[in-house]
Amino acid sequence: MSGLTHFIKSMTLWELLKGMRLTGRYLFVRKITIQYPEEKTPISNRFRGLHALRRYQNGEERCIACKLCEAVCPALAITIDSEEREDGTRRTTRYDIDLFKCIFCGFCEEACPVDSIVETQIYEYHFENRGEQIMTKEKLLAIGDKYEEQIAAARTADARYR
Amino acid sequence: MYELAYDLIIILLKIFAILIPLMTAVAYLTYAERRLIGFMQVRIGPNRVGFFGFRMFGLGQPIADAVKLMFKEIVMPAEANRYLFVIAPILAIAPALAAWAVVPFGDGLVLADINAGLLYILALTSLGVYGVIIAGWASNSKYAFLGAMRSAAQIVSYEIAMGFALVGVLMAAHSLNLREIVLQQSGGFWHWYWLPLLPLFMVYLISGVAETNRAPFDVAEGESEIVAGFHVEYSGMLFAVFFLAEYANIILISMLTVLMFWGGWLSPFEGIPLLGAATAWIPGIFWLVMKTFFFMFCFLWFRATFPRYRYDQIMRLGWKVLIPVTIVWLVVLAVAIVAKLPPWFG
Repeated sequence: MSGLTHFIKSMTLWELLKGMRLTGRYLFVRKITIQYPEEKTPISNRFRGLHALRRYQNGEERCIACKLCEAVCPALAITIDSEEREDGTRRTTRYDIDLFKCIFCGFCEEACPVDSIVETQIYEYHFENRGEQIMTKEKLLAIGDKYEEQIAAARTADARYR
Repeated sequence: MYELAYDLIIILLKIFAILIPLMTAVAYLTYAERRLIGFMQVRIGPNRVGFFGFRMFGLGQPIADAVKLMFKEIVMPAEANRYLFVIAPILAIAPALAAWAVVPFGDGLVLADINAGLLYILALTSLGVYGVIIAGWASNSKYAFLGAMRSAAQIVSYEIAMGFALVGVLMAAHSLNLREIVLQQSGGFWHWYWLPLLPLFMVYLISGVAETNRAPFDVAEGESEIVAGFHVEYSGMLFAVFFLAEYANIILISMLTVLMFWGGWLSPFEGIPLLGAATAWIPGIFWLVMKTFFFMFCFLWFRATFPRYRYDQIMRLGWKVLIPVTIVWLVVLAVAIVAKLPPWFG
C-alpha cells in the first residue's frame, strides 16, 4: 500500500509541487533587505568601531600612559611612548593604533582604568594613502573630541552592565 | 538578379525582426531571474542601475552587465586549444538562434515554413551540447573537462526522452510542421495537447530543463562543486556568448513547449461562448508570448526551489523513469488514436 502511495506521489510530482508552493508564497512575502546607504540597521551601545581617546570635562586628556592596553592587545596593534610632563604627571608622547593589525576585540577599552581609549560607533571610514591606517594620538583625540557626546551617551546607557 | 537580392534583404530583415526582440528578451530574462530568485529568497535583487539617473527598479542592470562584459579581457589559458576555445561559444549559440527559423509566431508568421520543422528543432537543440563539450575539451582544465563529461552523459540520456515526447506530438498531429501542429490543436484549451499528452508534456518540460543545463539539472555547471564547469576558463565576451546561449535556449524550450502542448498562438478563450467572442480581437502573438512567459517563469521558479540532483539520480530519472513513462504513454496514445477518441482524435 505504501508502495502504491509512493508511486502516485512521485508520478504526480507531489513533493516538488509542495516545494514550489512554498517558494511561490515567499515571492509575495515582505522583503527584509536593508538598503544600506539610505537605510541602516540599529547599532548596539557596545558596538566596537573606530577608536578614540577621551578627555575629562576640564579638557585634560584621560590617558595616563599605564600601557595596560598595549599589554593586553592580542594583535600588538598599540604602540605607546611616554615621559614625565612639567607638572610631574606621566603622559604619552606617542599613542599609535595600527588599524590594519587591530581586530576590534575591545580589550583595550576593557583594560583601561580611566576610560580613556574607547571604541566608538563609527564604522564608515576609509584610507586613501599608505600610512593613514596608523591612528596617531592627535587623530584619536580629535575623534574623541568630536564624538564625546555620542561616546558618553553610549557608556551611560550601558552603565548597568559595565 | 535584383529579385534575388531583394529576397535576400527581406529574409535578413525578418531575421533581425526575430533576433532583436529575442536578444532583448534574453538580456531581460537575466534581470528577471535575479529579481525573481531574489524575491523568492526574501531579498530585493538588483534595483539600482537605471537610465539617466532614474532607478526604474534596476532595469538598466542587463545593459550595464553587457557593456562590462564587452570591455573585459578575454583570457586564453596557456595550454588551451585556441581555435576550439573560440569556436565553442559560437557552436553553443548558433543552434540556439538557428532553431528560431521554424518557430511560427502566428498563422503564417514564420521565417521558414518547412514540413520537417519538428525534426529540425530536434536536431538543432541536440547540437547545442557540442559547444559545451568542445569548450570543456579546449579549455584543458580539469573542472571544465568534468563539466563537459557530465553534460555529454546528461544530454544523451535526456535527448531520448525528449525525442519520444515529440514522437507523441507527431502521432497526435500527423505532421512535423510546427504550424500544422498548432492548427491541429485549435478548438479551445481542452483541445490543446497538454491534456491527451499530459505525461509527455511533463517529460518534455523536465528534459527541456535538463537539456538547457538549468537547475536542478545544472551538474555541468555545478558552481558549488566544479566551480563553473565547462566555462570556468572563459571570460569577457566569450563567456557572455555562453550566457546568451543558455538563456536563448530557455526561451526556445519555453516557446516550443507552448507550440507543441499549449496551443501556440491560439487563444485560451477560444470556443467559450461569450468570452471567446469578446477576446477574439487580441492578436495570436500576444497569447503565444504570454504562455511563453509563463514557462520562462517556471524555469526561474524551478531554480529558486529545487536543489541540484545528484549525478546518479539524474541518470536514474532519465533512463528508468522518463523513458519508460514516454513509452507507456505512446502505447496509450496509439490506442486512443486508433479508437478515434473524442474530442482530440475524433
